[in-house]
Amino acid sequence: MAEQHTVSAFDDEINRLRGLVAEMGGRVELALDEAMQALVKQEPGLAERVIEGDLRVDALEAEVEKLVVQIIALRAPMANDLREVIAALKIVGVIERIGDYAKNIAKRSRQISGHRTIEPISLLPSMAQIAGEMVHDALDAFATRNAVLASAVIERDVLVDNFYNSIFRTLVTYMVENPKTISECAHLLFVAKNIERIGDHATNVAEMVYYAATGEYLPERDRAALAEG
Amino acid sequence: MVALDMTTDTVPGDAAVAQHKMTTRNVNVYYGAKQAIKDVSIDIDMDNVTAFIGPSGCGKSTFLRTLNRMNDTVASARVTGEITLDGEDIYASSMDVVQLRARVGMVFQKPNPFPKSIYDNIAYGPRIHGLATSKADLDVIVESSLRRAGLWDEVKDRLRDSGTALSGGQQQRLCIGRAIAVEPEVILMDEPCSALDPIATAKIEELIHALRGRYAIVIVTHNMQQAARVSQRTAFFHLGDLVEYGVTTDIFTNPREERTKDYITGRYG
Ligand SMILES: Nc1ncnc2c1ncn2[C@@H]1O[C@H](COP(=O)(O)OP(=O)(O)OP(=O)(O)O)[C@@H](O)[C@H]1O
Ligand SMILES: [Mg+2]
Repeated sequence: MAEQHTVSAFDDEINRLRGLVAEMGGRVELALDEAMQALVKQEPGLAERVIEGDLRVDALEAEVEKLVVQIIALRAPMANDLREVIAALKIVGVIERIGDYAKNIAKRSRQISGHRTIEPISLLPSMAQIAGEMVHDALDAFATRNAVLASAVIERDVLVDNFYNSIFRTLVTYMVENPKTISECAHLLFVAKNIERIGDHATNVAEMVYYAATGEYLPERDRAALAEG
Repeated sequence: MVALDMTTDTVPGDAAVAQHKMTTRNVNVYYGAKQAIKDVSIDIDMDNVTAFIGPSGCGKSTFLRTLNRMNDTVASARVTGEITLDGEDIYASSMDVVQLRARVGMVFQKPNPFPKSIYDNIAYGPRIHGLATSKADLDVIVESSLRRAGLWDEVKDRLRDSGTALSGGQQQRLCIGRAIAVEPEVILMDEPCSALDPIATAKIEELIHALRGRYAIVIVTHNMQQAARVSQRTAFFHLGDLVEYGVTTDIFTNPREERTKDYITGRYG
């Protein structure tokens, strides 16, 4: 397919849209990473940075919304263009939620830092790493309209879910054995839940990318298999 | 080329269509040695508005005109292949061309009312086709045609005024009224809105919507949004080929062919 539109201003707008989505994605990836560091290293300064940075993510979402409305009104995009523009609009809504989860992790890290009684479970950072990579790859797939990469993201969600289940069991065991850790463990449980949700959201983004790239929904078969996994 | 068999797609009701209103099979059109339409096979149904889209010179008008033998008037034009109306070959020697053009009416890009009164513009066809036996009959036909064309309220007090004294949009609706007056079965429209402002265009589109189902409608348009708005089937032509023919929503959200995609998204071909 010819890459460029006859009306080059349309290309400029689409490129700007892709740029904004990529910037938003980069920021929430970083936010998740820093929130996890704040938790592990007990650094409240990092947590502050994540919380403040979320404002910029919200602003980017608003900017994308405005641009999408403008593109639809002025350019009347069709076919793959239309799918991409709509996907961008939906994706930034999801990225914004991912940013909120990162912010929530940062807030919790602040609350439990200083009076920690248990080692932060080593599984949490590994889990966050996979979820972060899923977000990264889903947005990469969007930027390059790569349906194969999008499918690969979706397949990884099962890993995150498995992590969640084992962290859940570990934390419950802690709480039962030592009721003093309940408050701390509850926070960590929420952190795990947040990461698990981030994985789900990355999966949603990947599904949107798949549709935008191919015009097809992921085959039911795959979805069912994923749901079982 | 993708010649979609429209009976096999999953649009409800299609399966019930026992027979297509019109069919074309392997139609070629030549102007002298130059081939303008290449092997086009397409079905046109009563229930759907069909849009023809494609770049200038791709053969939309040429193909549209084969559907009521308007190309007969072009000396150099030659048509091969088969075109049927209700199963009947319209190029058969037994076909009465005047009768055919009453059954398959046409509305052109530029409104072309006769230089006669509004009343006579509508009454002309029914008179020559003997559809009215009395003045009262004719009055009924004129009123109902103008109503169906969405023009009655605007002209009922000035039926004796010249049709050419109307605005462009009103003239186009008058021409649609004129086509309707002879009780056609198929209405062909060749860029009917290209000379009209957005409000007049919206009125014609609303009219097409209202007429759908009563007549099989085929519209040629350069306005992609218009094709998307008014039609249920879209055919994309390119250099005389029928590149893709399918459900309008599919064509505009997920076309199968690269050439269709490049055209409707406004990319260099
Ligand atoms: N009377 C004619 N004599 C010779 N060639 C013709 C005649 N009419 C059309 N053609 C040629 O046939 C081809 C198709 O023309 P046609 O008018 O069907 O295109 P179109 O798709 O309707 O274009 P447009 O969108 O500009 O109306 C063109 O190359 C045109 O030059
Ligand atoms: Mg034409």
